[in-house]
Amino acid sequence: MPRIPVGDGIESGLQWLVDHVGAFFEAISAILLFCVNVMYQVLASPPEFVLIAILALIAAATVRSIGMVVFTVLAFVLVVGMQLWTETLQTLAVVTVAAVISVLIGVPIGILAANSSRTSRAVRPILDFMQTLPVFVYLVPAVFFFGIGVVPGIVATTVFAIPPAVRLTELGIRQVDSEMVEAAHAFGARRNQVLREVQLPLAVPSIMAGVNQVIMLALSMVVVAGLVGAEGLGGIVVNGVTQLNIGVAFEGGIAVVILAIFLDRVTSVFGTRRQRSPGIPEWIRGLLRRDETPSSEPAPV
Amino acid sequence: MSATSVIEVRNLSKVFDLSPDQARKALDAGEDRAQAVREAGGVLAVNNASFTVESGELFVIMGLSGSGKSTVIRMINRLVEPTAGEVIYDGTDIGGMAPQQLRELRNKRIGMVFQHFALFPHRTVRENAAYGLKTRGISRRERLERADQALEQVGLSHRGDAYPDEFSGGMKQRVGLARALATDPDVLIMDEPFSALDPLIRRAMQEQLLELQEKFRKTILFVTHDLNEAMRIGDRIMVMKDGEVIQLGTGQEIISHPANDYVEDFVSDVDRTRSLTAGAVMQSPWLTASVDDQPPKVLAWLNKSRGGGVYVIDGEGHIVGVATGERLSEAAASGKTDLRDCVVDDFMTVSDETPINEFCHLTGGHIVPLAVVDGDKQLIGVVPRAKVLHAIATAAEETPQHA
Repeated sequence: MPRIPVGDGIESGLQWLVDHVGAFFEAISAILLFCVNVMYQVLASPPEFVLIAILALIAAATVRSIGMVVFTVLAFVLVVGMQLWTETLQTLAVVTVAAVISVLIGVPIGILAANSSRTSRAVRPILDFMQTLPVFVYLVPAVFFFGIGVVPGIVATTVFAIPPAVRLTELGIRQVDSEMVEAAHAFGARRNQVLREVQLPLAVPSIMAGVNQVIMLALSMVVVAGLVGAEGLGGIVVNGVTQLNIGVAFEGGIAVVILAIFLDRVTSVFGTRRQRSPGIPEWIRGLLRRDETPSSEPAPV
Repeated sequence: MSATSVIEVRNLSKVFDLSPDQARKALDAGEDRAQAVREAGGVLAVNNASFTVESGELFVIMGLSGSGKSTVIRMINRLVEPTAGEVIYDGTDIGGMAPQQLRELRNKRIGMVFQHFALFPHRTVRENAAYGLKTRGISRRERLERADQALEQVGLSHRGDAYPDEFSGGMKQRVGLARALATDPDVLIMDEPFSALDPLIRRAMQEQLLELQEKFRKTILFVTHDLNEAMRIGDRIMVMKDGEVIQLGTGQEIISHPANDYVEDFVSDVDRTRSLTAGAVMQSPWLTASVDDQPPKVLAWLNKSRGGGVYVIDGEGHIVGVATGERLSEAAASGKTDLRDCVVDDFMTVSDETPINEFCHLTGGHIVPLAVVDGDKQLIGVVPRAKVLHAIATAAEETPQHA
């Protein structure tokens, strides 16, 4: 059996891409870097304890448990105490940007896949590939294209985190009771009306479960991203490990776990709780509804 | 064609799981189309159905699951695309409608009610009822107002702010009905609307539907697998089996002249006790006394018959009361001559048109058998308890004969 040069082919293909569309990758790199920096600036602009208070408020509004609020405050105070606040915010910025990109790409593909079995069949092997190919394998080409730093980390994270967004969006839409979709059609709704008014709202719990998964996967990638020079908690952990400094590595690890627990609890609320008016917490809905009731004023068309 | 027909269905067929070309080829195969379709790997859901629905009638399509009844009604508003055949709505071929026209037809002319209600859980009841008007593009204020009117028709006007998951099945389906009524359609398509409800609620919903129908006179296509339901509400009933129309007629026609063994089987499931009336099971009163009879004479009759009492009737045939043995003996002993002094009120009457299931619990509670009276309150017969049991037993026996 002669050797089949799969690796050589991929290598020369990647080299061709770098040589011919390098400018394209540079543009993407610049955009991503800009997004992460803006995100970081926004997060870093308030004093640390103000931001902790804001995070505690978010926890209170979503999870609505005193325990969660106490945990949020104590845990992030610990992060500040470990002098990892800056790195934590860097990581949070990377995770946020990567998650937003993954959702922006993944959810529309999921919608397409839900409405067409052919798309679904075409997308599935690609998702499998993205999810199971060992991360390091595409981390190196990412460095090829985007250089050392935070950007290859974001790209690798995004590739890794898109599949759950696609899968859970498709699942959520397909799980919508077909009789309800039929009912919308029976009353003369257009396809995009059916999607907007029936399928998407009812798929929201599943889509939000997907978003939660995206965020968790993105977070699990930060350490890996540290390997290619991304700053943040990943860099701390990688430094600690490579210098055999167990204490530092653990401190970075604990900060990652704190961030993970916070993000998971806050985002999973939307996935598990059956929303009537999806995405909007009950108390805001109450306010909105009270605004609607006066029927004296003409309603917007 | 009569001038009042709203929907005319001609040679409608539907094949699932085959491409349109393959399906048409299989349908053209000739004699056994079902066989041809099956060999091609498809399912012939509806086979050459033709019927017309008149304006303002409640047209019931009845069949078991898999009989094609739900597919037929979905082809009328083209939720299911017909493989062959035509649906003419008010003179227009629905198959030739452009998407925009079709949406208008669904939105303005044909309302639909679903078996599992198909309410949108993320909208309030009022918003659900307003959904058809929303797709029509009517302003929020107006559509909610009209939704409230529709909810009022089904008795839910005060619950518009609730969400569907707060409602029981019957209430949900009333919302489903309100949603269909809110668009003021000419035709209502109801796909087994009451099948998911428990029997008591189903009965109440049927009555409410009939009341609404009395008021609005919509053309209603009503699908059911329950012949009793079909009989109760349908002006005409179309029986389907394996995608074919087996029989089309009024309930009475179908019961008295079933088209074939299948319909006969189906009909045998109808609760026959519903057709057994007091008039049908009564026997002539074996012992009555006129008010002019003398107590000792009546007492002698009574002792001979070993009954507990005897109906006393006046000159017009009306019941005066029941003369009991005890009273008669007293009267005979004290020398009273008027039979009116010997009667008690210990009896019950029913009209001869009362079905057996409504009066059977009344029998046996008194010393005399249940009295059956006609419209003029004249005694025309009696129903002893044994007779009731006999009639029910006979009706039950008739059923398995056909099965």
